[in-house]
Amino acid sequence: MRYRRRGLDIASHALLILALIAFCLPVWLAITAATHDQASLYTGTAPLWFGSEGLDNFRAVLTEPVGRLGTDVTRLLLNSTVMALGIALGKIAIAILAAYAIVFFRFPLRRLCFWLIFITLMLPVEVRIMPTYKVAADLGLLNSYVGLILPLIASATATFLFRQFYLTVPPELLEAARVDGAGPWRFLKDILLPLSTTNIAALFVIMFLYGWNQYLWPLLITTESDHMTIVVSLKRLLSSADNLVPWQTVMATALLAMLPPVAVIVLMQRYFVKGLVDAEK
Amino acid sequence: MATFQRHRVTPWLLLAPQLAVVAIFFFWPAAQAMLQAFYVEDPFGLGRTFVAFENFARVLASAEYYRALGITVTFSAGVALGAMALALLLAVLADRVIKGAGAYKALLIWPYAVAPAVAGVLWGFMLDPELGLISAGLGALDIDWNHQLNGGQAMALVVMASIWKQMSYNFVFFLAGLQAIPRSLLEAAAIDGAGPWRRFWTITFPLLSPTSFFLLVMNSVYAFFETFGTIDATTAGGPGGATRTLVYKVFEDGFIGYDLGSSAAQSVLLMGLVGLLTLLQFRYLERRVQY
Amino acid sequence: MPRLYAGALTLGMAAAGLSLSAHGATEIAWWHAMGGELGNKVDEIAADFNASQDDYVVEPSFRGNYSETMTGAIAAFRAGEAPAIVQIYEVGTATMMNAEGAIVPVHELMSESGQDVDPGAFLPAVTGYYTDADGRMLSMPFNSSTPVVYVNRDILDEAGVDAVPTTWQGLGETLGRIVDSGAAECGMTTTWPSWIQLENFSARNDLPFATEQNGFGGLEARLSIDDTAAVDHIQRLADWQQDGRFDYGGRFDDAAPAFYTGRCAMLMASSASLAGVRANAEDFDFSVAPLPYDSDLVDTPQNSIIGGASLWVLAGKSDEVYQGVARFFDYLSSAEVQADWHQFSGYLPITQAAYELGQQQGFYEQNPGSAVAIEQMTGVTPTANSKGLRLGNMPQIRDVIEEQLERIFNGDVSAQDGLSEAVRRGNALLERFQQANG
Repeated sequence: MRYRRRGLDIASHALLILALIAFCLPVWLAITAATHDQASLYTGTAPLWFGSEGLDNFRAVLTEPVGRLGTDVTRLLLNSTVMALGIALGKIAIAILAAYAIVFFRFPLRRLCFWLIFITLMLPVEVRIMPTYKVAADLGLLNSYVGLILPLIASATATFLFRQFYLTVPPELLEAARVDGAGPWRFLKDILLPLSTTNIAALFVIMFLYGWNQYLWPLLITTESDHMTIVVSLKRLLSSADNLVPWQTVMATALLAMLPPVAVIVLMQRYFVKGLVDAEK
Repeated sequence: MATFQRHRVTPWLLLAPQLAVVAIFFFWPAAQAMLQAFYVEDPFGLGRTFVAFENFARVLASAEYYRALGITVTFSAGVALGAMALALLLAVLADRVIKGAGAYKALLIWPYAVAPAVAGVLWGFMLDPELGLISAGLGALDIDWNHQLNGGQAMALVVMASIWKQMSYNFVFFLAGLQAIPRSLLEAAAIDGAGPWRRFWTITFPLLSPTSFFLLVMNSVYAFFETFGTIDATTAGGPGGATRTLVYKVFEDGFIGYDLGSSAAQSVLLMGLVGLLTLLQFRYLERRVQY
Repeated sequence: MPRLYAGALTLGMAAAGLSLSAHGATEIAWWHAMGGELGNKVDEIAADFNASQDDYVVEPSFRGNYSETMTGAIAAFRAGEAPAIVQIYEVGTATMMNAEGAIVPVHELMSESGQDVDPGAFLPAVTGYYTDADGRMLSMPFNSSTPVVYVNRDILDEAGVDAVPTTWQGLGETLGRIVDSGAAECGMTTTWPSWIQLENFSARNDLPFATEQNGFGGLEARLSIDDTAAVDHIQRLADWQQDGRFDYGGRFDDAAPAFYTGRCAMLMASSASLAGVRANAEDFDFSVAPLPYDSDLVDTPQNSIIGGASLWVLAGKSDEVYQGVARFFDYLSSAEVQADWHQFSGYLPITQAAYELGQQQGFYEQNPGSAVAIEQMTGVTPTANSKGLRLGNMPQIRDVIEEQLERIFNGDVSAQDGLSEAVRRGNALLERFQQANG
């Protein structure tokens, strides 16, 4: 390794650590603000160190109804969890089946089905927000978990990724299964799914994050607090009519909104990175 | 590819759930948008008038639409280029210090998990005119920060919050791309007397170009759509419309103005625009799949 | 078999379009946008009404902010699941009243159910906003507010100012003294910029905001704010923004914290902010003053106009439900209920009787500043310019205006150019509304 230089290495570390600090700063300020009471927050600039409240603000938002929201944050976390899990599992389930049909079967209209499904990759829900809202309203899905989940399952990202993966499965596997007299369902259950576990885990991480962090769709279709998600609730907390913005409450809620997805990404980082890089191939 | 033959019904059973969801929540709304774009309708749906292409003509004749288009381009370019340049810089540094690259990756990856709206709130707090730490620092430098009045500052705020969230995604890809570059190439160049700077521009950078192109597409899509939450939670399209992107305008006209026809026409125009973008991305993906 | 029989009966009733609660009373859904404390008060009002009789049960339900509540109600109407009563903010008035077939005008509802309404009992400056050209009520005013000035007395004392000026001319001098003396870095700020500095400035100084009597005369109305003295007023604020006498603090009520923290000496805000100001202005004495007028334009000011929201009745319900709604509105406009709501919230009472009741109770003596808004609304007869606004697409028009105000105050454009642009875009929205509803 002749071309390495010590001085550059030290400078690199220094810059990287500086970047790390800069990236953590917004979260650090959120944590410190969440441990203050409103009066001490408003005495000047946002504090860099903890205040007197400890975890009281967190306890308060989790156990007592937050003004303007009409419910406590525990309920919002539950709603977000239901939505994120529903989207992740729903997407993965329909994608496994649809990709299986497209890769391992030959049937009339196969190309057409392929295109019908993959054209959805082109148009995120944000583009067709009004008409989708209308459809959900016509089906009576406003303020319901089904309404939160189903429309967001409609895009075919997961189907596309499973198709890519199935195409790499060695054909000998299928031949062997056929010689053993295995039908399509048994092949899927006993051979394909066990092979896909890593992919499923990777996709689960990505889709869970996608679902949890949704904003526009939940904002529109939930008008009651019993189906509101935690990410959407922040906007309502910020628009505090005639009052000082209760930053300590906003920040406690924002941190709680970050916690589950950040935990998922940190704990399942290996799968996440694999899923990302696979998605590119 | 070996396949199952002689199964008539099975593939349709397998496809049924996906096709049903796509039909109800994708094709039906898309068709409705197409249809709605040719009508003027009152909010309550009591009556509608067919106006042919008038909605489109009105949108395409309005200065605000082009302004929103320009803002979308500025915003997207700022986010995509900013998040990529920063990620590339950090990835090159992390790649240099072979020991610890993994640790930096682990420590830098988490902002990707933060919701765009939450990222907006965190940055909004740091730059809050009353309490913000950074706005106080800028004030000390005689820079008067007020993103509720100054459009440029509001734009800077949403761009920074969006970059903060997106950087780690790019970092992962650039690092993977850098680590795939054969060390022997760089060593040979070093023996020939090329310094780090020249090695980067003549070897590393060209070899990263496929990754860069892929990331450019992904970052543009992110900036275009996923940042709605960032904008809505911090600037709500203001001040003076300085952060009103095309997607924000569709939402505003449809849900605040109840102008269903215009909103639908804008949706259709967006679909065309995004269709083009995605076609690029798709062809690119398909091409990469071939080898 | 009694249980089966009861079940069959309920089914039959439901089929006949009656919704019955457990004890056989008709249920009336009421969607509103009153969060937090005000929401609890709304629940309390409904509970008191429900306890006062056995035939009807009003069920309030919080639906987010004004815009979300209106969008939700429209979507629900299209899906056939609309509530009987919905609270709509004042800028949604034209949209609602032009939705014939979607709404039941309040005057019709009241006369058909035999509740006689005496128009003279109401404060004209409050109900005028929600009446048609013949003076008949279209919706029930519920929470109406009007702009007033909140003043930080400590800063005024420090700057050596005694009285709060009643004119913009006097205010300019006073704010100059405050800023020059260093008592505060910012003279005044304002919430709801379009509502207070343009809509109310025009009414108070008897200037037209739009043609066709501000839209009361029909859908042909077009904005006129770029060729009245309102332009000079906005230019005045833009100049003050440069020297610190004015500091723009954002839309809605985002500007309030600048007053609470003592950075700005005065705040122009809704009369309904009184409770918020009282709760947050802990470190200083404050007082309430009427909205200033421009002595170059009028000798005596006109009444200001209202904001807030009113209750609309949606179509497609059974006669029983409408009977109940009429009963509930009658209850709602009684002096006791009105006085209680007004005293609790800072919103205006809608009847003369409620105001008088408050006077008898000595409420205004015990609560300085609480009568300023009412006095500003009464004592003058509303003119065509001060009755209110009745413009289609007003939520968007307000957005357009605020957008242009931001550009003016930021120094991007002059007041004249900025407001001309607002008129151009606003008129396009008015034309569009005319096209969809004409």
